[in-house]
Amino acid sequence: MRLNLLPLLLLPTTALTAQPDLEKQIQTQLIMAEDGDVITLPAGKISLSNTLWLDGKNNITIRGAGIDKTTLTFKNQKQGAEGLKVTNGRNIVLENFTLEDSKGDLVKTQQVKNIIFRDLKAQWTGKPDKNNGAYAIYPVQCQNVRIERCTAIGASDAGVYVGQSDSVWVSQCFAKNNVAGIEIENTTNAWVWNNISMENTGGILVFDLPDLPKKRGGHVKVWNNKVLKNNYKNFAPKGNIVGTVPPGTGIMVLATNDVEIMENSIYDNKTASTAIISYYVTENPINDKDYIPYPSQINIHNNRYSEGKRMPTWKNKLGFLFWTKFGRNVPHILYDGIQNEAWTDAATGQLKPGYRICVHDNENGTFANIKADKKFKGISRDLTPYDCTLETMDVLR
Amino acid sequence: MFCGKVEFMKNYNLLTIKVLPFLIILLFAAFDLKEQPEDMASAPKMNLSEYAFFTGKLADLKPAEGVFPYEVNAPLFSDYAEKARFIYLPAGTEMVYDSAGAFKFPQGAVLIKNFYYFTDATKPELGRRILETRLLINEAKGWKALEYIWNDTQTDAVLEVAGATMPVRWIDANGKKQAIDYIAPNLNQCKGCHSYDGQFVPIGATARQLNHTHEGVNQLRNWHMSGLLLLPVGFDVTTAPHLTDYRLTDAPLADKARAYLDGNCAHCHNPHGPASTSGMFLEASQQDPERLGINKPPVAAGRGSGNRKFSIVPGKPNESILLFRMESDDTGIRMPELGRQLAHREGVEIIRQWIKNM
Repeated sequence: MRLNLLPLLLLPTTALTAQPDLEKQIQTQLIMAEDGDVITLPAGKISLSNTLWLDGKNNITIRGAGIDKTTLTFKNQKQGAEGLKVTNGRNIVLENFTLEDSKGDLVKTQQVKNIIFRDLKAQWTGKPDKNNGAYAIYPVQCQNVRIERCTAIGASDAGVYVGQSDSVWVSQCFAKNNVAGIEIENTTNAWVWNNISMENTGGILVFDLPDLPKKRGGHVKVWNNKVLKNNYKNFAPKGNIVGTVPPGTGIMVLATNDVEIMENSIYDNKTASTAIISYYVTENPINDKDYIPYPSQINIHNNRYSEGKRMPTWKNKLGFLFWTKFGRNVPHILYDGIQNEAWTDAATGQLKPGYRICVHDNENGTFANIKADKKFKGISRDLTPYDCTLETMDVLR
Repeated sequence: MFCGKVEFMKNYNLLTIKVLPFLIILLFAAFDLKEQPEDMASAPKMNLSEYAFFTGKLADLKPAEGVFPYEVNAPLFSDYAEKARFIYLPAGTEMVYDSAGAFKFPQGAVLIKNFYYFTDATKPELGRRILETRLLINEAKGWKALEYIWNDTQTDAVLEVAGATMPVRWIDANGKKQAIDYIAPNLNQCKGCHSYDGQFVPIGATARQLNHTHEGVNQLRNWHMSGLLLLPVGFDVTTAPHLTDYRLTDAPLADKARAYLDGNCAHCHNPHGPASTSGMFLEASQQDPERLGINKPPVAAGRGSGNRKFSIVPGKPNESILLFRMESDDTGIRMPELGRQLAHREGVEIIRQWIKNM
């Protein structure tokens, strides 16, 4: 069935009043959509009371009139946690519209193969708040994900959050005033490049967490991003893992294997411009027997860091610790030093090949191994153990 | 370098896009010309009455030939709505027992669920208002959901794919006045719960829910005797899976709690359900404490965490995220996500006591 869109165009689109008929019409289109359909969202501000949901469809495009031209607002949402949800499909394109103020996540896609988010803005309006939803742009359990030219603002967890997915491309996106700007979690084969992540609590996070169906992420390249002034207070509700990220974090790698951080501009992040840590730092218990809590095969090179000194945050355990250890002279690249014994050469104390952490050619790239496993005693600023090269990633596997 | 490896949107032939829908409509029109009384796979009927599931006055829900009522042990809470459940089996067919998942149903079988409120739950004789009827139809391609909304005069219900909101008032079982905007789901929301590895499945039609004994009569045995259910050789009611009716006051607390979670959460929170992303699985058969949420940090809960650290903290219901989300009526926090606006006081109390006594 193809639905005539003409009546939509005749509706007044400027006034923000309840629009139950328009909402019903759009939701009906999503339910009745046929293979190959382009569902056009009219220009104007459209107020929705319920999640818009597309399920079990292939080859569908949902297209608005442009960012800030078509705005779906969920401010008066009565039901459903998400704004827009896409589940169990293939070849889906979401483009050219704005989503605002849902009670939960703004746009979530689950179990979709080949999903494109393009020219979208997903934001919570007003001051960043712990009552904002968790994720603005949220593909999970998806394969072949492209997120490009998208803007994410105000998420109480992550602006762009890719979870438990494979083959991912995040580029030319802009993330601001989220707890985490861009987060790649338990995801394999991800490229995060040419994005701007600024004024979040943490700029770009690459995490592997326990207890999830998709166990092991990795093979992630974070390349040529601008990671700027990510000093915003952490407004995540407690209990969420990002709640432990100190304000002033640029790029953080947690317990992930095979990550390259290359040619980024990481400026004015006051606490940890780049941090490589194990899950033990979160002090959460680990009950998942298959989980590997250590980072490995990390390649940090040719990044640019700010000159001069920075005072780390006090409003976080880790930040406060840095302050007591380093004062106003906190290094840019921090490694927690918690190593898997089995991966460590007993004679040298260094990680064996295949697990190494390599740091080289970073402009202003000061370094410290904070020896978190030795109660922060004997902090070392010596880079020699990390003077190695790993092959650069040039294709997505 | 990325594009080369990944198959993205193809360019579709414009002609195909324009012509295909008309072909489909023609196809449906052609089907309509044929007589197909027993074939539910034909286009959905506009009115509930057209299926002839009930005889006499429709609102009396008096089952017709081939339609019979069923009960579940641990029902899903739906804003205190009452439910009248029926199964339709085509003549000469039967269901096949399964000990773990949903029973196998013959093609053409329909699960029929009517949602209603008594005007006054303390005086059911004063009448009721039926709001919606949900059908699950087993077609050759698999299960399909249809949603019918009742008219104000209660003479019929009309097909509605996009759901509906209906203001409703009633006096509850405690004699208290209640009013909500009752929300009937759209067809996608049906699948939000009825999903197993992305396929549409029935939820309540399992051995553990249907192994129900009322006044000495076991539902499964009874159906078997009537030729409606094929049971395996040596089937024994007493050892078959069974959820405790959590509404019974004298049942063991842990059994009630696990039955409640199974009936209200596990349709999503299982390794094959929509909440598989969370790593928290609440089926009654789940034995791994971590999977159940004990001392498990949340994954993507956002403000649903309620500033609490773990899903279940033994002995501490007020530190457990599970309870926080059950108690909330905020659409961004509450669990289940769909199908309720009110907190289920009695259910919350069972889970509270269970966690407290862990």
